Amino acid sequence: MKYKSQQIAWWFFALSGVLLLLQITYGFIMAFAHLGYDGLHDLIPFNAATATHKNLLVVWILSGFMGAAYFIIPDEAEHELISVPLAKLQFWSLAIVGVVAVIGFHLNWWEGRKFLEIPRPLDYLVVVNVLLFLYIIIMTLWKGKKRTTTSLVLTMGLLFAALLYLPGMIWFDNQTMDSFFRWWVVHLWVEGVWELIMGGILAYLLIKLTGVDREVIEKWLYVIVGLTFISGILGTGHHYYYIGTPKYWLMIGGIFSAMEPLAFLGMALFALAMYRKGEKRHPNQIALNWTLGTAIISFVGAGLLGVAHTLPAVNMYTHGTFVTAMHGHLAFWGAYGMLVLGMITYATPLMTGRKLYTAPGASYAFWLSNIGMIGMTTAFAAAGVTQVYLERKVGMDFIDTQQAMEVHFLVLIAAATLFTVGIVMFVLNFFKYGKPTDEALERA
Amino acid sequence: MLSKNQARTFFLGGTVVFFLIFLGLSWHTLAREVPKQTNAQNLTESVIRGKEIFDKNNCMGCHTIMGEGAYYAPELTKAYERKGEAYLKTVLTVKEPWAPRGRKMVAYAMSDQDANDVIAFLKWVGEADLNGFPPKPDLQSKVPVPAK
Ligand code: HEM
Ligand code: HEM
Ligand SMILES: [Fe+2]
Repeated sequence: MKYKSQQIAWWFFALSGVLLLLQITYGFIMAFAHLGYDGLHDLIPFNAATATHKNLLVVWILSGFMGAAYFIIPDEAEHELISVPLAKLQFWSLAIVGVVAVIGFHLNWWEGRKFLEIPRPLDYLVVVNVLLFLYIIIMTLWKGKKRTTTSLVLTMGLLFAALLYLPGMIWFDNQTMDSFFRWWVVHLWVEGVWELIMGGILAYLLIKLTGVDREVIEKWLYVIVGLTFISGILGTGHHYYYIGTPKYWLMIGGIFSAMEPLAFLGMALFALAMYRKGEKRHPNQIALNWTLGTAIISFVGAGLLGVAHTLPAVNMYTHGTFVTAMHGHLAFWGAYGMLVLGMITYATPLMTGRKLYTAPGASYAFWLSNIGMIGMTTAFAAAGVTQVYLERKVGMDFIDTQQAMEVHFLVLIAAATLFTVGIVMFVLNFFKYGKPTDEALERA
Repeated sequence: MLSKNQARTFFLGGTVVFFLIFLGLSWHTLAREVPKQTNAQNLTESVIRGKEIFDKNNCMGCHTIMGEGAYYAPELTKAYERKGEAYLKTVLTVKEPWAPRGRKMVAYAMSDQDANDVIAFLKWVGEADLNGFPPKPDLQSKVPVPAK
């Protein structure tokens, strides 16, 4: 690590790890409720648990992205962050807004809009927080010696993500219009601008870990993010099939969203090709595991499991069932969860100057969490297919269907336990490294 | 072979073109089609207040509506048609925690007026043209009926 200000990333990574553990806790509460054990209902009703699970997910991923940006931008721009105190302020305000939001969810203070449950007054604070973050990043890039493609793509992704949050804050009397713009945030984030962030971080990690020439990596980065937008923008149409929007979206959404896996396939082939081509054997092999893993699992979870229910004729029956939850878990985990954990795995030894990456815990964390998540995806798939056939195709009553699905939640809990052991090991390992020290700075 | 400059043009050009198409289609959808398909003229004050109450209590945190939300409780798009006004009124106004067939819902103990507003909202949602969603069970007729 060359720049002292990169150390600020550690705080964002620490927050990420803690919130991930908390998110998982709420996952268990919901899984048990689906099994019939809803003893916490009076204290934490299901809707409070879901809102917390989904929002903590978004916040820990965003915190990971912010940490990644604070680590990557100084390195790429060859310039210290313009202000560490401002970055610290931004960190603490993010953490406080997050905590207040989660407490609010338990007190019926929220908006009933999936993934965007944070109430309006806190939305404004989020906006201020993100503006501060963007100011620090963009000014650092501006003052820096270099503006590399990797850093530009990353920054563009972060900037667009912030802009797209705004239409999601407008109030509409019409449920259809409300939902229309909710997708501008949810879909255009995960299947649009976040892929720029992913591409940027992936390119950075590949440059560092494989030693392949930057020009080659960055050229393919443009091609991949180009494919992302060409398919993903009109691909938003796969959420406009059945919400009161016109029929032409069935055709447009179907065709363009069916092309979205190309971008994820591109990332996977790109990562594997660079890995083969690379001559450097970086000692941090476990970071390479996560890097290749995110490229491959995102293709499976987002690409294959996304396309599985994206055609209108299929989506008519799977829309709003556990088939969606199956895809949601592996896609979020593969594309963004693993990416953030990979970035943390790469950066932590550099910030702390300690090289624990050969510790067995690091490897177990990788394998257990991934095997667990694949098991969870399978359990959700079994539940989802059961639900689609019994309720939507045969016309069985809701509760009867839910009871027929219960056994799959038992499997879900078993797989989730494996996953959780992996994540606990990951987070413990992270904290074992200790805090960043100045001794880890490379003398120029 | 593709150069880095060509790759950049592909990215920037593709993004701008497809984003503009998307904006145009969105405008057409929202300004021309959605009001017709959702009967915007029926968005009475009561319906709008109903939506607000639905939103403020995060009903979507257990149910789906128009297929969006969580999967803990039944789809509500056709709840008005399926269950009728009297049933919905009871569910929303009841003061004791209740658990229809084992699954608990929060006891909202709504006032008469609040419950009526939510019901008006659900009625409005049920009347919107969702291109055929929720689907009719297409395998029902194929399930053999055992001889008595
Ligand atoms: C990393 C990328 C992706 C992530 C994180 C992701 C995540 C999600 C999540 C969380 C939902 C549920 C949203 C909600 O109901 O509010 C969803 C829905 C959906 N996703 Fe993805 N997704 C990704 C990529 C894709 C791709 C590439 C495709 C298609 C090729 C796809 C197809 C769909 C479809 C069709 C739905 C709607 C399901 C329904 O009707 O209930 N997704 N996705
Ligand atoms: C111990 C681990 C976990 C368990 C037991 C768990 C369980 C659940 C359950 C039961 C739901 C609610 C489904 C419903 O609406 O009824 C849910 C929703 C969701 N979870 Fe998890 N989860 C876990 C970890 C994760 C992780 C690590 C991620 C992301 C990387 C994640 C992402 C999501 C998403 C995106 C949804 C919304 C899905 C949708 O509505 O389609 N979960 N989870
Ligand atoms: Fe989507």
